[in-house]
Amino acid sequence: MPWFEDIAIGETTDLGSYTFEADDMISFASKFDPQPFHIDEGAAKASAYGGLIASGWHTCSVWMKLMVKTRIAEKARNGADDGSPPGGPSPGFLDLKWPTPVRVGDRVTYSTEVIEKVDLKSRPGLGIVRSLNKGVNQNGELVMSFIGQGLIQKRDHS
Amino acid sequence: MSEPELYWEDFEPGTTREFGEKHVTREEIVDFAKDYDPQPFHLDEKAGEASILGGLCASGWHSCAMLMRMLCDGFLLKSAAMGSPGLDEVRWRKPVYVDDVLHVRQTCLETRVSKSRPEMGLVKFQSEVMNQKDEVCMISTGWMMIGLRNPASRESA
Repeated sequence: MPWFEDIAIGETTDLGSYTFEADDMISFASKFDPQPFHIDEGAAKASAYGGLIASGWHTCSVWMKLMVKTRIAEKARNGADDGSPPGGPSPGFLDLKWPTPVRVGDRVTYSTEVIEKVDLKSRPGLGIVRSLNKGVNQNGELVMSFIGQGLIQKRDHS
Repeated sequence: MSEPELYWEDFEPGTTREFGEKHVTREEIVDFAKDYDPQPFHLDEKAGEASILGGLCASGWHSCAMLMRMLCDGFLLKSAAMGSPGLDEVRWRKPVYVDDVLHVRQTCLETRVSKSRPEMGLVKFQSEVMNQKDEVCMISTGWMMIGLRNPASRESA
């Protein structure tokens, strides 16, 4: 994770792509979101969606998966002892949208863009970085977006 | 599939319900983290204790997923649920640790009928995930789409 000071607004990172297969979608939803249109192809066909769709939490969890993978790769490229701070925890997120369902075989490409940096008066050693996170399918349709927030360490603070 | 018991008409703004009982195991926390959020404090006790989170704890996305399961078991699976367009906000207030027992306190904030799809209503809920000490670990605020029992009567009303 870079230091707060080194993060630039507008910086966009491609996080890679993920293909949603039926067994993976059904396996996630069976554990966490067993609504018929997420776990049963027949019931999904008969529903307003007209076919099996991924749980929105699956779509989000894959964003996190690719985010962590990207950060680990960055760290490896820079060397494990590059002195950069560990990734901070998140206080939560805002404005999560699932505008288009994710269907079997969809390939979703994820990205993150820094949109805002906020100083914390209560904690001078930390800042909040807000990012616009997106998932777009193979047809260019937005399937997921949200504004993420991370508590990021500052290099210099007094 | 059996007929839904609950429709949009059954959700009334201002009402609060508590339900669910989810015992969070170490294995579940680590399994989810391996698949979706392999940061050290979600995988390993020592790394968790050394972090600002103070112990091995569940990924925030795992907490979202566990809330979803409690919502499904609590009422969604017996309702005319039609999915969700998204959430206004999720706040992760306290970590969810190994052996926490979670439940949900849910308040119905607002309801309206969809303009484009008169057979469908929208319900805005605030769902708080509480642990066994009644501490609020997570607050989620967002909309769910739920079918109407009587779309025609709404139209003529």
